[in-house]
Amino acid sequence: MRESVSFRVGTFLNYTLLTVFGLITLFPFMHVLAQSLSSQTAIVSNQVTIYPVGFQTLSYELLLKDNDFYQAFGVSLFRTAAGVGINMLLTCLMAYPLSRQVLKGKGLIMNMVIFTMLFQGGLIPSFLLLKELGMLDTMWSLLLPSAVSAFNLILLKNFFQSVPASMEESAKIDGAGHGTILWKIFVPLSLPAIATLTLFYAVMHWNTYFDAVMYISNPDLNPLQVYLRNMIVLNDSNIEMTNNTGLFLISPESLKAATIIASVLPMIIVYPFVQRYFVKGVMLGALKG
Amino acid sequence: MNRKGLRTAWRPDWILYLFLLPGVLYFIVFKYLPMYGIIIAFQDYSPFKGVSGSDFVGLKHFIRFFEDDEFITVFRNTLLISFYKLAFGFPVPILIALMLNEVRKSWFKRTAQTLFYIPHFFSWVIFGGIVIQALSSKGMINSIITLFGGDPILFMAEKEYFRSILVISDIIKESGWASIIYLAAISGVNPSLYEAARMDGAKKRHEIFYITLPSISSTIIILFILQLGNILELGVQQVFMLYNPLVYEVGDIIDTYVYRVGLTEQKYSFATAVGLFQATVGLILIYVANGLAKRFSGGGLW
Repeated sequence: MRESVSFRVGTFLNYTLLTVFGLITLFPFMHVLAQSLSSQTAIVSNQVTIYPVGFQTLSYELLLKDNDFYQAFGVSLFRTAAGVGINMLLTCLMAYPLSRQVLKGKGLIMNMVIFTMLFQGGLIPSFLLLKELGMLDTMWSLLLPSAVSAFNLILLKNFFQSVPASMEESAKIDGAGHGTILWKIFVPLSLPAIATLTLFYAVMHWNTYFDAVMYISNPDLNPLQVYLRNMIVLNDSNIEMTNNTGLFLISPESLKAATIIASVLPMIIVYPFVQRYFVKGVMLGALKG
Repeated sequence: MNRKGLRTAWRPDWILYLFLLPGVLYFIVFKYLPMYGIIIAFQDYSPFKGVSGSDFVGLKHFIRFFEDDEFITVFRNTLLISFYKLAFGFPVPILIALMLNEVRKSWFKRTAQTLFYIPHFFSWVIFGGIVIQALSSKGMINSIITLFGGDPILFMAEKEYFRSILVISDIIKESGWASIIYLAAISGVNPSLYEAARMDGAKKRHEIFYITLPSISSTIIILFILQLGNILELGVQQVFMLYNPLVYEVGDIIDTYVYRVGLTEQKYSFATAVGLFQATVGLILIYVANGLAKRFSGGGLW
């Protein structure tokens, strides 16, 4: 096909603008990576942009010697694993009955779920509830208040509805109960949706920090995000950055940067493998919701 | 229905209700009990007396916060930041989707998408941390400023920059991901429309303005309604990470205010009243926006 001049100019502009936007996202990240590997003098004299100056790895060595870092990392891992387990179990169990054509009380329950997307009791009543339940300062306060996401539930319900009725009929003839039908037919047939929801829930648990700020005061239960926030915002860390004469071995900026990189690494490693599921999942939500 | 009919209708399904039970319990305990807890907004709640024993004071707290200068500031900040996010941030994902849709080189498209999507999966602690590092006195921006002989600026401590930082960092973090939904909508447009338009000599810009945009307008409207409903809820995770006492005057929003007054100063009833006001306005806004969308475009959320 013949391409006009204006079309080619438009294409060129399009690629350029997209590249610029990509670099805007990339540069700050490269900057932090560079900071984590730069020497104290280079950082103090504002020489660091997007590549390391005065290369050092001491920031990472110090970070990896800090017990609090491992503790926080472990809390986040546990929270994510246990949280996602609860999330998926409850969401599947609830989506299955709601996906059926006939079920007494289905409309009522759906309305009850949808209303929580429009209106919530708010921060203080939720806090007081957890206090009454004795869940403050326990892992439960991070796991249970987000046990089912209304949005994810509706997504899975819609997905279950597209499972062909004939599959269920034949299973019933073979004498399968609802439990078998759910775990042996609906869940395997909905793997794209299940994978997406697992990832959504996992990201939520790994990233959320405000609930821990509100509900957790025991430092041993602080998740990684709170550890990182305390270090960046409150300059609160037990890591010794000076030598015995009081000289800075590394810049505090460098240690913060190293912690950011270490916290983001799991996401960056996992991300390329799961991107297509995410994208598919959002498309599902967009087309069906 | 008679007793026998009820029983036969119930029997094969009882296990389904058992499946529903944990989920429904979750919604009742963690979503509806806090709604009941809203009562304390009309009380002088004391933890020792409990919800049932505290004194009823009517609208006292609502009157108090409407007369409170700090609340007025917080309310204005929330509205302003929301408005900026809507005005500058809302069109960006649509633009990105339109641009990505025109990219024919698949390696370029894949790379761009990965770069655009990934910040969405960083927590606000991490992304905010990156922002703070890049804008700090020793950060990238100030390195560039000093390179050109300027004096470093303490961006995070200056009132005049704070709202821009919130809006721009939010755009960079979320617009790429938000564009997926528009890309999905665009991929659903019937290709024969474009072919017919090209036969009639339509240019690229005609295709975009007369086919693509009208075809995805319902998606645009729905997302606009959703964002309008959230106008008083800005995402506490972002602001709580980025703000500091130096910029409270321009950066404190309802969510952070409720947290500070409610949990740090333990004015439970007052903070609950503020939260109730916020939630109610959100509910009204989303109903109004939905009604308008239905009237003018024939499609809303429900």
